[in-house]
Formats: sequence, structure tokens, C-alpha cells
Amino acid sequence: MTDDDRVFKALADPTRRFLLDRLFVRDGRTLTELESELEMTRFGAMKHLRVLEDAGLVVTRRQGREKLHFLNPVPIRLIHDRWIDKYTERQVSALADLKTELEETA
Amino acid sequence: MTTMTETSVTTQVYRVYIKATPEAIWDAITDPDWTEKYGYGGRAEFDLRPGGAYKGFTSEAMRSMGAPDLGVDGEVIEADRPRKLVQTWRMVMDPEMAEQGFTRLTWEIEEGKGGVTKLTVIHDLEGAPKLATLVSGAMEDQGAGGGWSWVLSDLKTLLETGKPFDKTEF
Repeated sequence: MTDDDRVFKALADPTRRFLLDRLFVRDGRTLTELESELEMTRFGAMKHLRVLEDAGLVVTRRQGREKLHFLNPVPIRLIHDRWIDKYTERQVSALADLKTELEETA
Repeated sequence: MTTMTETSVTTQVYRVYIKATPEAIWDAITDPDWTEKYGYGGRAEFDLRPGGAYKGFTSEAMRSMGAPDLGVDGEVIEADRPRKLVQTWRMVMDPEMAEQGFTRLTWEIEEGKGGVTKLTVIHDLEGAPKLATLVSGAMEDQGAGGGWSWVLSDLKTLLETGKPFDKTEF
């Protein structure tokens, strides 16, 4: 499996996208914090975090006695630079803007 | 700032795997002939010993838009080629960011399997919320560049292909 494959696979799951969104709002969280926002066991949350870590989307660091989880946006940037930018950046951002606008007014 | 309820952790962590030697990555970070080839494209000047000065100059493109010569300044705290570089880092181009003072930047370079090296950038941005926004890439649509993820993505492309990511290429 290539690096890109691992990123796409990791992103292809709503729970894992939810975890990334939580880290985007506030970075550097413990497993206990992240787990408390999910309706699943600690083991389940750990499994998802492991997939995110393997894909490089989450980086963990020890801080004192705690293990903190950080969102690492670089793999998404690499995919953006290699794929999305190359073909459709302008169109995609125009459509994304339109979607945001329509949803805000709806 | 009293609005710290949303973000209590002010550290940002970035990691990229690059098919290059730790020495090549170290040089790409510290050698001006390399630093001008990727990311924001300015020349960096490091006095690579504890207490040594760091100067991050602006690129020609930035200066043509009215930027001063010096973009970033700081001091080297630890320089252990090719494994670890710790430095302070202050954006001086923007008065508001300059006022928020020095932040701490750590570069960790770790050799892995198959000629792939792990580069981790840890930016401790305590007391510098505006800079934190800038380096996160959130100001990219204002022409401020894509922050660390953009710089590191470009660095990877440069070291692996010999040329930086270039939007005008296609």
C-alpha cells in the first residue's frame, strides 16, 4: 500500500473523519478526551487512531505523563498538491464556495 | 489574550516522510542555497551553535511587493547535525506578529527504513495566536502562503524530484 492509499483509506471512514475534525478544532488531545466524544469503546477509538497514525494524519507526542494526539495536515497537503491542485483547484474552490453559500442561505 | 478557552494547546506538529538522507534534509533546512528553492523561497542564515543567530530573509518576490529584507529572526538553542535543531522563531515582517514575540521551533530528523527519513516539525506557539494562524496555512487565501504543511510538502517534492512543486508547470 502506498502512502496515498493509506491516507485515502483512513479518510474513508466517518468516525476517523470526525476524530480529525475534533483535532482541527482543538489539537493535542488525549485518548480519554477523544474517546469521550465517540459512542464506542476505548479499544474501538484506539483502533481508529492507530489507522490515522499509520496514515500519518495523526502524530502522537508525550507530554509529561500524557500522550497527546496532534492533527498532521501534511499528508492531505501532499494529496492536494499532487492531485487536486493539478487538475481542478479553481473549479473545486468555486464549487466549494457555492456549496457553502447555498447551505448558509438555506 | 483572554480567549484561550477554545485552544488550550498551542503546539502544532507536522510530520513528513522524505526519501532522502538525514544530512540532505538538514542541509535543506539550514543552507540558504537550499532554503531559497522551496516554500516561501527566502535565504536562511544560521549560526549553528547554541546562542547563534538565525535570520530568515524574504524572497525577491516578497521584496518586490514591499516586504523588508528580514522576514524572520531567532536564535539557535540546539544544533545536532543531522538529528535535531531547536531554535527560536519570530516573524518580524508583520508588526503584530513581531510584538507577539519569539516562538520555539524544533526540527527532528530520524532515519527510517529504505532510505526514507522522518522529519517532524514542532512549533510551540504559546502567546502568538496570529502567527499560529499563519503557520497553520489558514491565511493562504490572503496570499500568505500555506504555512508549514505547504513548506514541508514542497521540501519533500524538491528533495525527491530535484525540483520544487511548481504551479505554473502545467
